[in-house]
Amino acid sequence: MSSQPEEAAPDLQVSDELIIKIKDMHKWYGSFHVLRDVNLDVYRGERIVICGPSGSGKSTLIRCINRLEEHQQGDIIVENVELTNDLKNIDAIRREVGMCFQHFNLFPHLTVLENCSLAPIWVKQVPRKEAEATAMKYLERVKIPEQADKFPGQLSGGQQQRVAIARSLCMNPKIMLFDEPTSALDPEMIKEVLDVMVELAKEGMTMLCVTHEMGFAKTVANRVIFMDGGQIIEENNPHEFFDNPQHERTKLFLSQILAH
Amino acid sequence: MSTERSHAVGEHPELPPPSTEVGIIGWVRHNLLSSTTNIVITVLTIYFLYIIVPPMLNWIFFDAVFSADSRDDCRAIAKAAGHEMGACWAFIGKRFEIFVYGFYPAEERWRINLSFILMLAALVPVLFDHVPFRKPGLWFSLAAPFIIGWLLLGGMGLEPVPTDKFGGFMLTLVIGVTGIVGSLPIGIALALGRQSHMPALRMVCVAFIEFIRGVPLITLLFVASTMLNYFLPPGTTFDLLLRVLIMVTLFSAAYIAEVIRGGLQALPKGQIEAADSMGLKYWQSMRLIILPQALKISIPGIVNTFIGLYKDTTLVIIIGLFDPLGMGRASLADTKWQGLSTEIYVFVAIFFFVSCFSMARYSLYLEKKLYTGH
Repeated sequence: MSSQPEEAAPDLQVSDELIIKIKDMHKWYGSFHVLRDVNLDVYRGERIVICGPSGSGKSTLIRCINRLEEHQQGDIIVENVELTNDLKNIDAIRREVGMCFQHFNLFPHLTVLENCSLAPIWVKQVPRKEAEATAMKYLERVKIPEQADKFPGQLSGGQQQRVAIARSLCMNPKIMLFDEPTSALDPEMIKEVLDVMVELAKEGMTMLCVTHEMGFAKTVANRVIFMDGGQIIEENNPHEFFDNPQHERTKLFLSQILAH
Repeated sequence: MSTERSHAVGEHPELPPPSTEVGIIGWVRHNLLSSTTNIVITVLTIYFLYIIVPPMLNWIFFDAVFSADSRDDCRAIAKAAGHEMGACWAFIGKRFEIFVYGFYPAEERWRINLSFILMLAALVPVLFDHVPFRKPGLWFSLAAPFIIGWLLLGGMGLEPVPTDKFGGFMLTLVIGVTGIVGSLPIGIALALGRQSHMPALRMVCVAFIEFIRGVPLITLLFVASTMLNYFLPPGTTFDLLLRVLIMVTLFSAAYIAEVIRGGLQALPKGQIEAADSMGLKYWQSMRLIILPQALKISIPGIVNTFIGLYKDTTLVIIIGLFDPLGMGRASLADTKWQGLSTEIYVFVAIFFFVSCFSMARYSLYLEKKLYTGH
């Protein structure tokens, strides 16, 4: 094992097929205008890292994509389905979009295997045997098949987050959203989670990651988005973004997080 | 002290603990004699037990009279044996059947016995995981209340028994078990309703819970026994016991709802978000993710409410139903056995204690079983 995330192939292909389209989107929490006129097109196979100071709306943005948060204005279209109040559309989109959370949000009363097979069984009506076989396959991919019968509370943070990734993958999603997946982890465990994410990127998964792991952004992302005050301030390929930031605010942010 | 290491890290051999740390000596040192205060409390406790326990045992067992025909008889037997008169259990023995069966006709009492056995059999698959034939057992548990209802009330081939013949422990069990079984699902529904996003539903649930909690159970029982007649169309007969069952169930449902609401609020928001993000529907998330965890957290509170409900069944004496306590008081009117109230109350207390203590132990067992290390 190397101490850096493995190098991703530099030219992972991005298709020209639009998979997420966010147009003129606004969101308010009560009277607080949290997202302002967000426009974002995501193509199949893209790995987008979203960064920015806390409170800039980056988590809220990706949570709007699977409707954990409701937007009030503008359009969000995922896989040709528009997010409206129509529950059918919401369900359809959630079936295609997996999500990993900062605090893992595993179900503590279920075993690792049950965590992973639950949604396929109940949402996709996959037979239990088959769902468990799929779950084992993904647990092997995140390298913890031996923990399948344990409860989440018996695992380390890094292991829990890997289970959470496997749990999302069991639904066979087209898009993965990561909401600060390594922020709650001990430094020793960050790498094991990032390795899994790098693997995923290599396989062509469309990923949107809110993260402060700039190493990950440099090696894996094809686009970095910087947000502040609810707006997308700057977006560019990682090379340009880190070496040649355009906006003053971006420069300040980068100088602060790269200082140590 | 030398700072030199005689062993490399990780190679220090495992040594047995000193004898003062383990075994009986270790336990006594740590738990009974660990400090001056602890020593004083230990001595006082032993003294207290010494003055309480022997007289109690004498009264209950050694000086007690177990068969006699009247109170005077009891005293004479004790005198002949050359000791003070302890408990006169003969009284309980003579009244035992009425304590258990109430005024249920003697030749039909097998139906109560059978119902009791069916109830125990129906509880086993519900309360325990690893029992043989659990799946079919659960179907039986679902059917059992109806079979028991038919057995107790009669009809359809059995001699009908009106509910005013119900009494004693059998009445306690009927009210207690119905209340417990009925109030849990209603309580869950109320708790979920109170958290609903639909304001109308939420308000109905809040109003119901707050009204029931704000009124004493006795008041509700009075309403059940008298006032309900005014509200219902004239001529409707509505069994008194049924009204009591409904009131007791609703009363405890309101408390259960609040206990479960506490459990629901203790869950991190991330749980429902994770369930949502995977596409689970509302009822699926509730049934598979939220309620199992919320109920687990609420077990102590739920069982606490059930124990309270079970003991509150004694309040039905106020509206003229004869639970064991009522039976006991009625028995005291018998001139042959006057003045034996202690025996009655101790006996009834033991009955309630056994039931409630079992519930408490079961709740501990359940908590331990559901512990998953978080």
